[in-house]
Formats: sequence, structure tokens, C-alpha cells
Amino acid sequence: MIALLKRDTLTTWRSGGSILTGILFFLSIIVLFPFAIGPDTGLLTRLGPAILWIGALLASLLGLDRLFAQDLEDGSLDILVMQEHSLALMVFTKTIAHWLVTGLPLILTVPLFGLMLNLDAFTVGVVALTLATGTPAIAFIGAVGAAVAVKLPRGGMLISVLILPLTIPVLIFGIAATYGALEDPAPFVSPYLLLCAITLFTAVLGPLAAAQMLRHSAD
Amino acid sequence: MKLSLENLCINRASNQIIDGFACSLANGEALVITGPNGVGKSTLLRAIAGLLAISFGTIHLELDTGETLDGQYVREYCHYLGHKNGLKPSLTAAENLRFWQQFCGNPVFSSGKALDKVGLNHVLDTPIGYLSAGQKRRVAIARLLVARKPIWILDEPTTGLDDNSAKLFSDIANGHCKSGGILIAATHQTLSLANARKVELQPVDKGAFA
Repeated sequence: MIALLKRDTLTTWRSGGSILTGILFFLSIIVLFPFAIGPDTGLLTRLGPAILWIGALLASLLGLDRLFAQDLEDGSLDILVMQEHSLALMVFTKTIAHWLVTGLPLILTVPLFGLMLNLDAFTVGVVALTLATGTPAIAFIGAVGAAVAVKLPRGGMLISVLILPLTIPVLIFGIAATYGALEDPAPFVSPYLLLCAITLFTAVLGPLAAAQMLRHSAD
Repeated sequence: MKLSLENLCINRASNQIIDGFACSLANGEALVITGPNGVGKSTLLRAIAGLLAISFGTIHLELDTGETLDGQYVREYCHYLGHKNGLKPSLTAAENLRFWQQFCGNPVFSSGKALDKVGLNHVLDTPIGYLSAGQKRRVAIARLLVARKPIWILDEPTTGLDDNSAKLFSDIANGHCKSGGILIAATHQTLSLANARKVELQPVDKGAFA
């Protein structure tokens, strides 16, 4: 499984484009908001964390269609599912590898993009923390969508449509935890723990569901 | 070790592709499946490899230990080489082979040794994307050698190979059978395998069901 993790991160890293595309997409969403809202820095500061969260959510949907489709194209998916390893564990590893090269870079760019939204260091830290907790859940939910759409040509849009509704809880608790840390009366700990719970829950259920899907979508 | 297929029937959508295929292969035996295009050779191979559901019939594998395995566990003992090679274009030949070796387990030859056997030692550090179709196929054949699996299921293994490489392939395949392995191949070309049984698939007679 370590070998699979290494191979998947290495292939995405070597092909390069997808990492940069994700970051640039994230950047363009964040740049678009001030144009839509207007140059009110106070408003931008207040909306900043939400903008970063929406941007990260949309950007992490970008590469999902390639999660299994690439392996299907070159024929390695057939060989991957034939081995004696648990299929769910295989999906889990692939999803972690996917998050490492698509989710993690987004979080690392949050300090830079936060600056553009007039956020202070503490706010940026909190957003990065909640994103780091929440984006793996998006990847695990996305893995189910990717497994459903793997045999469909141009399934990329379908994946987004399928999984966006399912990511709403992640968004709700991610934002709730962020504002909880920033504004005084709102609680931080309970929404943050719920966010952690969602991530752990999807980390178990997502791979199991995706594995079932891969097993039965054979053609 | 003995692989037995009994009365296999396979449907794709509502079309019956394979009707009542039966065969049994013991250690060291090879089966070559021929037949016209679209007759169901690949479908049959994918079903044996556990990649396609069979609608009727059974697949059993009797191990040397006396244990008998059901259809869905048989795939763990199989190497499947389909139309696609299963190699990542951005990784080098050595990286690809090393990955499959670690992932499949039971390592045999190192990636360098396996590439030697297909006459491609010089592409060890070349990304697969730079290789020609025939060279890619040879690297894919080298994949069969890096990890030991007793059953090889090969779908037109010699597509794109020149005469020399085809001969190298027959040597490898014969070596596999000699060491007690089972080989099932679908092909249109002559594979020059020693003691191989030949089966020609016939189109299912649709009239019988009408």
C-alpha cells in the first residue's frame, strides 16, 4: 500500500499540471469575490473565511474525475482490483495520495490568499486548520463519486453534481468551527469535533462504498 | 494446482456471449483460445480473471495443499495482461515494474532482470510514455515476471511485437509452464507454445433461444 501511495503521488507530481491547475482555480475564485462584492475591506474580512472554504471546496472537486479514470485508461485498475489486498484499503490509499497532491497544496497557499482578503494571521491559521481537517472528508466523499462515474465518459461534471450536496455538512461545520474561533459567543470546540467526526466517518464509509462500486462496475 | 471451469455462461447486457464453456487445466498446461473477432475471447478471459460476473457455471482452483478455492478468490492467483498494459506513462519502466512487484507480492525477478528477459534492459530509466507500442507491450510482459502468480491470463499478448520479441515471449511462456504454471491465452497469432491445447470458440447460436 505504501508502494501505491508512492506511485500515485509520484505520477500526479510528474504530470505536474493538475496540482497547479487546482491552485490557480482556487486563486481565481478568491480573486473573483472582491470583484463581485466590491472593495469593502471590512466586508471582505468578515466573509474571508467563507470565501476560502468555498474556494477550497470547489478546487478540490477538480481532479476527482482522474482518481480512478486514469487507472482505468491505462489498464492498471483491472490489476489493482484483482489483488488479495482489501479493495477498500486500496481506495483509502489512493484517496490519501490524491489529497496529498491536491488538497494539501491548497491549504499551504491559504496564508498567501488570506492576505488578499485582508485576513489577519490568527484567522488564516484557523481557516488552514479547519480546511486541513475538512478537506480529507471531501476527498473521501469524492472517491465514492469517482467510483460511480469511473466507467462513464466525461464523468467529471457528474461527480461534482453527485457529491456537492453530500459535502454540505462538511462546509457547515467547517465554517461554524472557523467563526467559532474568531467570534466570541460562538462555540469552537463542538463544531470542530463534529467536523473531525465527519472526516473519520467518511474515511471509513467512503472507501467501503467506493470499493463496492468498483467491484460491481466491471465490464 | 488445478483450474477447472465448468459450464461457464457469460452474458453482456442481454446478449449471451459464452455458452457452456468447460475446461480443466493442471500444472504446466497451456490453453490457447482462438476464434473470430467478437466471439467472446476477451470476455471469457476477463470472467476467469474475476473482472466480469459469470451468469452461470463455476470456476474452481484446487491448490497443491488440497484446498479448493471458489471463483472470486481465483483472481488473486492470476496475472492478467489485457489489451491495455497497466503502465503509467510518466513513470520509468523500472518504477512501474517495482511498483507492481511490491503491490502484487511474491517477488521473483528484479525489474532489471525481468527487462533483460524481454530484451529491454536499456529502457530501465526511460519513462514509459517515450516507448513505442511494441516496447510497452514487452515491459508489460516483464510485469508477469517480477511477481510470481501461478496462472497467467493473457489477451493477445503478442500484439505489436516483432518476430524476435514474439520468440522471447514464447520462451518466457514456455518457461512459466515448465515451472508448473498455468497459462491461458487468447490470440490470432501462433504463439509456439509447447504442449498447448487449442480451443476455437464458436459464436453462440442465437436461433436456439428465439
